[in-house]
Parts: sequence; C-alpha cells; structure tokens
Amino acid sequence: MNFDFSDEQKFLRSEARKFLESAWPAARARGVVDDAAQSHDADMWRALAEQGWLGIAIPEPFGGLGLSRIDLCVIAEELGRVLAPVPFASTLYFLAEAVMLAGTADQQADILPRIVAGELIGAFASSEGPGVPTPATLRTTVSGGKLTGVKLPVTDGGIADLCVVLASEDGKPGLFLVDLNGPGVSRETLKTLDPSRGAARIAFTDAPATPLGAPGAGFDLAEQLLDRAAVLLAFEQVGLSDRCLEMARDFALERYAFGRVIGSYQAIKHKLADMYINNTLARSNAYYGAWALGTGAAELPVAAAAARVSACHAAAYAARENIQTHGGIGYTWESDCHLYYRRARQLGLVAGASIAWKERLVGRLEQRNAA
Amino acid sequence: MDFSDTSEEAAYRAQVCAWLDANAPDRLPRTAPTSEQLRAAKDWQAKKAAAGYAQISWAKEWGGPGGTTMQNVIYNQEEGRRGLATGFFGIGLGMCIPTVIAFADEVTKKRFVGPALRGEEIWCQLFSEPAAGSDLAAVRTSAVPDGDDWVVNGQKIWTSGAHYSDYGIVVTRTNRDAPKHKGLTMFWVDMTSPGIEVRPINQMSGESGFNEVFFTDVRIPDGQRLGAVDNGWKVSLVTLMNERLSIGGGGGGADYARFMELARGQTVGDEPALAHSAFREKIADWYVRTEGMKHTRMRSLTALSRGETPGPESSIGKVVAALQALNVAECAIDMLDAYGIIDDPEISPMRGAFQSLFLGMPGLRIAGGTDEILRNIIAERVLGLPGEIRVDKDVAFKDLPAGR
Ligand SMILES: Cc1cc2nc3c(=O)[nH]c(=O)nc-3n(C[C@H](O)[C@H](O)[C@H](O)COP(=O)(O)OP(=O)(O)OC[C@H]3O[C@@H](n4cnc5c(N)ncnc54)[C@H](O)[C@@H]3O)c2cc1C
Repeated sequence: MNFDFSDEQKFLRSEARKFLESAWPAARARGVVDDAAQSHDADMWRALAEQGWLGIAIPEPFGGLGLSRIDLCVIAEELGRVLAPVPFASTLYFLAEAVMLAGTADQQADILPRIVAGELIGAFASSEGPGVPTPATLRTTVSGGKLTGVKLPVTDGGIADLCVVLASEDGKPGLFLVDLNGPGVSRETLKTLDPSRGAARIAFTDAPATPLGAPGAGFDLAEQLLDRAAVLLAFEQVGLSDRCLEMARDFALERYAFGRVIGSYQAIKHKLADMYINNTLARSNAYYGAWALGTGAAELPVAAAAARVSACHAAAYAARENIQTHGGIGYTWESDCHLYYRRARQLGLVAGASIAWKERLVGRLEQRNAA
Repeated sequence: MDFSDTSEEAAYRAQVCAWLDANAPDRLPRTAPTSEQLRAAKDWQAKKAAAGYAQISWAKEWGGPGGTTMQNVIYNQEEGRRGLATGFFGIGLGMCIPTVIAFADEVTKKRFVGPALRGEEIWCQLFSEPAAGSDLAAVRTSAVPDGDDWVVNGQKIWTSGAHYSDYGIVVTRTNRDAPKHKGLTMFWVDMTSPGIEVRPINQMSGESGFNEVFFTDVRIPDGQRLGAVDNGWKVSLVTLMNERLSIGGGGGGADYARFMELARGQTVGDEPALAHSAFREKIADWYVRTEGMKHTRMRSLTALSRGETPGPESSIGKVVAALQALNVAECAIDMLDAYGIIDDPEISPMRGAFQSLFLGMPGLRIAGGTDEILRNIIAERVLGLPGEIRVDKDVAFKDLPAGR
C-alpha cells in the first residue's frame, strides 16, 4: 500500500508552488475582481499553457504530457492555494474530460491539441435556473443539429470558445458541443459572488451543435463528468482551505489583544484546530478520490462524492473562520480574506452544491450495500 | 498512489486469514461476566502469541515476530473484521510495557515482557488522581525513600482494569519543593503488594471498568524505579505518546453503516427513515468523516511503512471518532422516537448498540486526553500557536493553589 504522492509528484508540487507564489500570487485574483471588464487573467492562462500544465493529463498523441490524473490533482491543489483566476476547471475538468470520456477519435484529435496549446477555452452548460437540473426540468433542445435554449450560469461562458451543453433531442437528454464563437449564440455577463471567476448567461438560438457521446446518455455522462470534476475541484478546495488556515494562523501569531497574541486564546486555538481537522479529513478523502480517478476504480462514484462533500465543508469553514480570526481587518475589501471566502463558495457550487452531493453519496451507498 | 496490497502484503494477508479461519474462536463471550471474558481473552492472546500474531512489529528480542508495521496493520484489519479484538491487553502492551522496555533494567524487561505478550499478566496505568487529570503533573501521591525502598501513600483514580491487573506503572511525587514537573518519579508495582486497595467505580454506563486505587504505606523497592528520581514526567510522556497512538489508531469506524442499517428498517411516518433527508444528510457527513479518518490513518501508515515518522495528522483520531460516535448514537435513538428510551439488548434495535454508545462515548471523549486538551495539542504542536499561560511553572509544588 502506498497512500501518498510519489516523489516525482511531490517535486512537481513544490516546483508548482514556487512558480505560482512568486509569479502568480493571489493578488492576480484581486486584479480580476477589481477590474469589471476582466473575467480571467489572460497572461496567467498563457503562462500555464507554456508550463505544459494544460496538457498534463492529456495523452501524448494529442500533444499532452501524458501524465496521470493524480498529477493533475497536484496542480489543482496549487492553483487553489493562489486562487488562480483562470478557466482551468472549465477547460480541463469539464471540456477536456468530456471529450476524453465520450468524444470520437476525430473529436479528440481536433479538440485536445488545441486545449494543450492554450488556444481553446472550454465551458460546461447544464444549469437553467435554481436547483439541480433533471430530465424533467431540462428545457434546452436540439433539433436537426441546431440547439436552442438559455443556460445560466455558465462559468467562463463569457470567454469560452467551445461549450459542452446538456440538452434533449427527441425527448432524450444528450451532451452536445457548441462553438460559442459561431452563429446563434449571445452571451451576457452575470454578476456573481466570485468575480475572479466569471460566469455568463448564454442564449442559444438554432446554434449548430454536434453530439458528444451516445444519444440519450446526457445525464449519465454529465454525472460521470461531475464525478471527475468533483475530485479535481476537491484538490483546489484543499489548497484553498490550507491557505486559509495558514493565513489565520499567521495572523493569530501577530495580533495582540489584552496583552497576549490572540493565538494564545483557546477560542481561537480550538477554532484553528477544528480547521486543521476538517482540512486533514478533506485532504485524505481527496487522495482517495484521486486514487479512484487515476486508476478508474469502481469506487469512483462513492469516492468522488465523499471527496466533494468533505472538501466543500472544509473550504466553507476555513474561509469563513479565517475572516472571523482576522476581526475587522478581515472584513475589509483590502484584506485577501474575502477573495478566499468568495472562491470557496464558487468552488462549492460550480460542480453542484454540497447538499445535492450528500444526497448522491447516500444514494450510491445504498446501491453499493444492496449490490 | 496504490491501495492494493503489494505481493508480499497480499501473501501475508492470505497467511493471516488462513490462520484465523483455522484457529479463531467463533465469538468471544462479550456479555458474560468479566472473569469469563477475561479467560477467553487470555486463551486467545496466548494462541496468537504462540503463532507470532501478538505485537507483530515487536522485535524477536521482546518475543514479537519482528514483523513490519504493515503486517501489524493487516493482522489488525483481519482480526477486527472478525470481531476478535478484546481490549484487555491494550493498556499493558500499548503503554505500560513500552515504558518498561524503555526504562527498566534488563532483568526486569526479561521477566515481564514475555508474560504480558502472551496474555498471562495484565497491566494498568496508575496516573490520574482526583486532583490530577488533564493536569497530570499535579499528582500528589507521595513516594518517600526508606532504606532500599520507597514508601508510597495516596490515591489514584479512574484506573482502567486495576481490578484484574497483576502489575501497574505508577507516577508519584518525590519532591514537593521543586516545580511540579520536576518532582515526579515513576515505578512499576505489583498490584498484590500489601497496602494497595482497589475499589471499583461505577461508570455512568453502569459498567465498572475503572477503579479508585488507594496506596497506604506501600513499599516499592528502588529496583522498581523507571527512570531517574524526579524524572518521572519524562517517563510518563513516553507512556502518553504511546497512549495517543494506540487510542487514536483504533477502529470503531462502522458507525454510519450501522446507522444506515437501522434507518433502512425503521419507519418515520409512513416512510423508511432512510428516505428522510434529515437522516440522509447526517449519514453523508458521518460517512465522509469516517472515511476521512480511515484514509488519514493510511497516510500515516504509508509514512510508517517507509520508515518515516507519521505526520501530525494522526493526532486528530480520537477527537473525530469519539464525538461523532456520540452524535450517531443520539440521532439513532431519536429515530426510534419514544421507544428510543428503552435500553435492553433483548428488544432494542441492534441489541442496544446505540444505547450503549450513548452511555459509553462521553467517557471516550475524556479518557486518554479530553477533546479540549487534544485541541490544545493540535493548536500548539501542529499549528505552532503559543502554549497556555502558565501560573504554575516556576512555583514549588507545595505552594501551588488547589481547588476541588
Ligand atoms: C473511561 C475512562 C478510562 C480512564 N482510564 C484511565 C486509566 O486507565 N489510567 C489513568 O491514569 N487515567 C484514566 N482515565 C482518566 C483520564 O485520563 C482523565 O479523566 C482525563 O485526563 C481528564 O481528567 P479529569 O477527569 O481530572 O478532568 P479535568 O482535567 O478536571 O477536566 C475537566 C474539564 O476541564 C477541561 N480542562 C482541563 N484543563 C483544561 C485546559 N488546560 N484547557 C481547557 N480545558 C481544560 C477538560 O477538558 C474537561 O472538560 C480514564 C478516564 C475515563 C473517562
């Protein structure tokens, strides 16, 4: 048994951390938040492409590095720590994974190399309103290869080139690829909780759409896609949670009240100990998810849901209590605390809310126990 | 990352399973009187030791088979799966004997390690006192030199298993003029020594697993001293470190699973309880924390199996497990509505398992370090936050204020 990153992966992690913290610190996310016209950091995105990170888990024949999903997890954790304001998740965990999961050989050969080169930003569009989309609520339709409907919010929908859309054709839900720069697409920027990760409302009117995967398999494929994304996002959440704990710890060691550093008070110590506990559990669950994802284990659906629920909890708690630990200064615009708080929420919703994943988790446990 | 057994691990597991299938008793008599349980547990321990499955990672020198940490884990997993762990030997083998090995002379070690390993002799840990629990260094039980002996007077409390133990390790005060950490001395003691009186204490669960132990002019030869005079704090830290490892490492993980089983069979209104979102959400939370703990343990084991020291993450085990088991029990009892009040293995669901957790878990939140003390340890040792303000540090023990 070996339940840890390999030496190579640890090396990758420390190199990635050095690179990001020196060249692309969390201040980049603030730059995007402060500039209403921006919804991502294009320079950073180019830099990630140059590092080869966009192709880390994409097979060599498509121009990628052909490393494992676990290596991708390593990068995800580091991106989470610095709140990287780039469409990494939309492009890699959703578009690239969808194409690798369900795409034809031609689709893969066309799309994956462009992703690796940083020429193609992806997005995933399933939500059409409040609540979890279901076959009964799905309104977007495809007919004669043309897609019509409204999707919101679509993370990175404003800047993406190619979108994976959940829609039904002849009453059967499927996944479709739509060129967002093509005809029949109009987009509108949405105001969101985390402006460092933009989102849009996209109206499709007879937009040309090509099927991705088997007809009728839309919800199955979306679920598999969400499982993969959940594991990868869990690492971004773990990175964020650990960073919040470090920020809170560092502050607690510097700030004095009543003649003592606040970190000497048990109310603060115990709060940080609880953060540490949550973060540790989330990390361990994420590792298990990474293992299941990396090996294609049958455990993936349960492991992914567990990683998701655990990571959502850790990140929400760490981001919230980091502000509390900082007191008034933590509630100012100038403090980075709110950037983490916003991102924690964004990450906690972008692949579906924790409460929905809890339901999914218990459903899967029931199935497993019945089997 | 790889979860599968390596080929050596798989071979060892197969060997363990074959041996357990051929040798394990069907079940141990858990509800029988203690004396019967003890007899069965001792027989089982002797059998394990003879076959090289007791204290697997102990060196041959100490009667262990000199196996690896992973072999130990594999054995524990398989034994745990069969419900064969007994708990009678944990304090001795997990805490007392390692302390004896670390601090006693060769003759003493030779004399005691083997019998403990084979389950022939049982040990207890005589640390806590009425005025010294979390603040263990505040012990008052005194040891006064007299010729080649020490004369010990005082009272210990909450001593698990003292009523069936043959030996114990005891921490005493030998210098009241020094600050409290600097005037302690540790001994091993024969529990049948004249002057030792063990009085069982009834626990809130109705069981009596722990005791008060009174020392009245008990003579302990100086040869039974563990470590230097007035150096008992350092010695007890070794015991406590082992205690945290062994308590934190345990299982008890299947609580959400038993809860699910209960929820499948019970109805709330006209639906199975398992269909209710109030219960489903809790199951998800518990599952995630239980699995998180399990995988955290795997991370520690990975470090151990590479010969590294496990990271600080292993220190969170008991804080997570004890409180959660209590929450599960409370919720399971609620699910039964008014019926939940019944605590009777004959008619309570799952033979009263949740009622017994409800009454047992408040103890686990306290034993081996309270939730609060363990959080302090995480905050101070792991996160590097300052220690508690100490008003007792450079004060002679005899001058310290004492309340109840
Ligand atoms: C089931 C069981 C078995 C046991 N077995 C043994 C045994 O075999 N041998 C043995 O020696 N002992 C044993 N103990 C004793 C156990 O170690 C002590 O009960 C425990 O350390 C707490 O000490 P106390 O009971 O004196 O509580 P106290 O220390 O008086 O604590 C009371 C409350 O104060 C809190 N508190 C104390 N100090 C602090 C602090 N600095 N900061 C914040 N809060 C604080 C505690 O967390 C607790 O909530 C056992 C206890 C139990 C319940």
